[in-house]
Amino acid sequence: MIRSNNFFIYGALGLLGIFGPIVFPDYTLTIAYLWMMVLMASTWDILGGQMGYNSLGNILFFGIGMYISAIVQVSIFYEGGVWEYTSAMGSIKPEFTNSEYFIGLGLGIICAGIVALLLSIVFSSFMFGLRGPYFAIGSLGLAIAAAEITITIDYVGGASGISMPLFPGDIEFRSTFFYILCFIMATAAHFLLRWLYSTQFGLAINAIRDDEDKAEAMGIPTLVYKRIGWGIAAFFMGCIGAVAGNMAGFIDKEVAYPIPTFGIFMVAMVLLGGKGTLWGPVLGAIIFHIIKETTWTYLLNLQWVALGLILIINIVYFQQGIMGWLQDKFPERFGVVVDTETLQSDQKSGEVS
Amino acid sequence: MLDNLQLLFVWAPIINIQIILEGIFVGAVFALSAYGLALVWGVMNIKNLAQGDFVIMGGYLALALSSASVPLPFIVLIVTSVMFVFGWCVYVVMIKRIIDQDMFVSLLATFGLSLLLQQVMNLIFGPEVQTIDMQLPVYDAFDNMVTIPSSKIISLVMAGIIAVCVVLFMKKSRTGQAIRATAQDARAARVLGIDTDRVYAFTFAFNAALCGAAGVLVSIIWVIQPFYGITYSVRTFAIVTAAGLGNLPAVIGAGFGIGLFEKYTGMILGTAYEVAAPVSILLLVLIWRQISMKRNRQVVQ
Repeated sequence: MIRSNNFFIYGALGLLGIFGPIVFPDYTLTIAYLWMMVLMASTWDILGGQMGYNSLGNILFFGIGMYISAIVQVSIFYEGGVWEYTSAMGSIKPEFTNSEYFIGLGLGIICAGIVALLLSIVFSSFMFGLRGPYFAIGSLGLAIAAAEITITIDYVGGASGISMPLFPGDIEFRSTFFYILCFIMATAAHFLLRWLYSTQFGLAINAIRDDEDKAEAMGIPTLVYKRIGWGIAAFFMGCIGAVAGNMAGFIDKEVAYPIPTFGIFMVAMVLLGGKGTLWGPVLGAIIFHIIKETTWTYLLNLQWVALGLILIINIVYFQQGIMGWLQDKFPERFGVVVDTETLQSDQKSGEVS
Repeated sequence: MLDNLQLLFVWAPIINIQIILEGIFVGAVFALSAYGLALVWGVMNIKNLAQGDFVIMGGYLALALSSASVPLPFIVLIVTSVMFVFGWCVYVVMIKRIIDQDMFVSLLATFGLSLLLQQVMNLIFGPEVQTIDMQLPVYDAFDNMVTIPSSKIISLVMAGIIAVCVVLFMKKSRTGQAIRATAQDARAARVLGIDTDRVYAFTFAFNAALCGAAGVLVSIIWVIQPFYGITYSVRTFAIVTAAGLGNLPAVIGAGFGIGLFEKYTGMILGTAYEVAAPVSILLLVLIWRQISMKRNRQVVQ
């Protein structure tokens, strides 16, 4: 990739990450959501960009993670159990001590990730036979079904939702704490993916994207690689779901399974940035988030119209994304050597293939 | 759940008739929009996720017209023609540019369209649940066990008329033949002098008109709301996937099947599961297809 500029990009993002909330204390949670979206877009790109499996249902693991962490956090230190807590519809406010809360939160996040990972393995046994658009529709159906089934389960509050334990500490500490969690997770996911794409795993999933049948014929265990890819995405989505649930403070179907919002935003962000690249999703997420926040602030009531328009324009007219456009424009910066002499001689003989 | 089963099959089997009738009413509407989706999917390989929003849009148009006290047959005519023009515009602006692309692109682009339509309708008509009150009599049968609103019968008859017209149109007319020829082999059709671009535009506009007609029926027999569109989209996808591509009569059959299945699930398991039913059908069909494909496929694992 852009090796010489890497240092500056990391430097700039690191500066934004560390000093952003200090310089703009009012926007701490907004920037936290930015890192969350960076993480969503990056993990979506494992399947969507690098492996060619366009999932519309990754948001499923976000919701599952949210509910799992809620169950874990409540059940660990509250004697009455989850059932009593949810049936009271939020009128019970258990007093957790600081250590109890943070241990519960940590365990909740880890459990959320692990359960999401396990579920992704279960789902992958029947989902990965679907190819192309059928995978997209199937995963969307999976997410909608999960959302509809969740509201019928009274154990987690059913349609009326479940309120998360109160954060011990004042509001500023709360937002800084969740900000740090989001930032760490996004960074961890980014570096994990950066490393993974440079290994054999990256080559294998790219081979699956380019031609799955040939990859299979070459002896690549495609199902294993697909499972690993989806598992990583699911793990991170579960973890970030747990964090997002605690940030929101109250979860129900709309918060946990935001299919029309985050579920589609993550795809739009990747397409905006350029899919199949390491930096595309990050760039796309940052730009998308800025556009979203500006329209939210200045175009009240019209923000959704604006977002739909952005989505359409992005997909219909600007499909290769920013990174793709840059690659077309400056191929030499991406390590692609353009041999002008051969190109010209080819053009002369009229054999441009 | 057991209580409901007992109620259905032991205590009052008459209720079955009510549910079957409801399922048929529901299925007629689904079948219309699913037929449009199957057409667009088969002819131009576009998966239109905004299908449900076209339906709701037709419903709101009908609502606006009926509040201006336009009689019902004219409402259907006006709504279908407006939706036809709208579909043509959407084709020219959007669909034309994504028609040769990956199928996922069409899914996402039409999802963007669906978001846009939802929000515009929300801004214009407000988020309330609305319906057209035709003030028609409601008939009872079997000792008041079964109620049949005459608006539902009218809508069923209308759906039947529209369906017959569509099937005849596709079979007999020049344009219908051109559409079928393009679906079979676009390049050959072009060689033989069919303007495929126009055929595509017509097909998409025709689909929008069908959805609009379905929307009129929805607004008469149920309620419409700007955000209900996605559930109709999912149902139509389930129907088309279950029926199989290129099998247009089966689409209508599957429409009624899904309608019945949904109503029975709602009765036996509770209405909360009514929305989940078509989605699970969709998943089951996809899984079933895959199992049957696996027999023919040898995998290196």
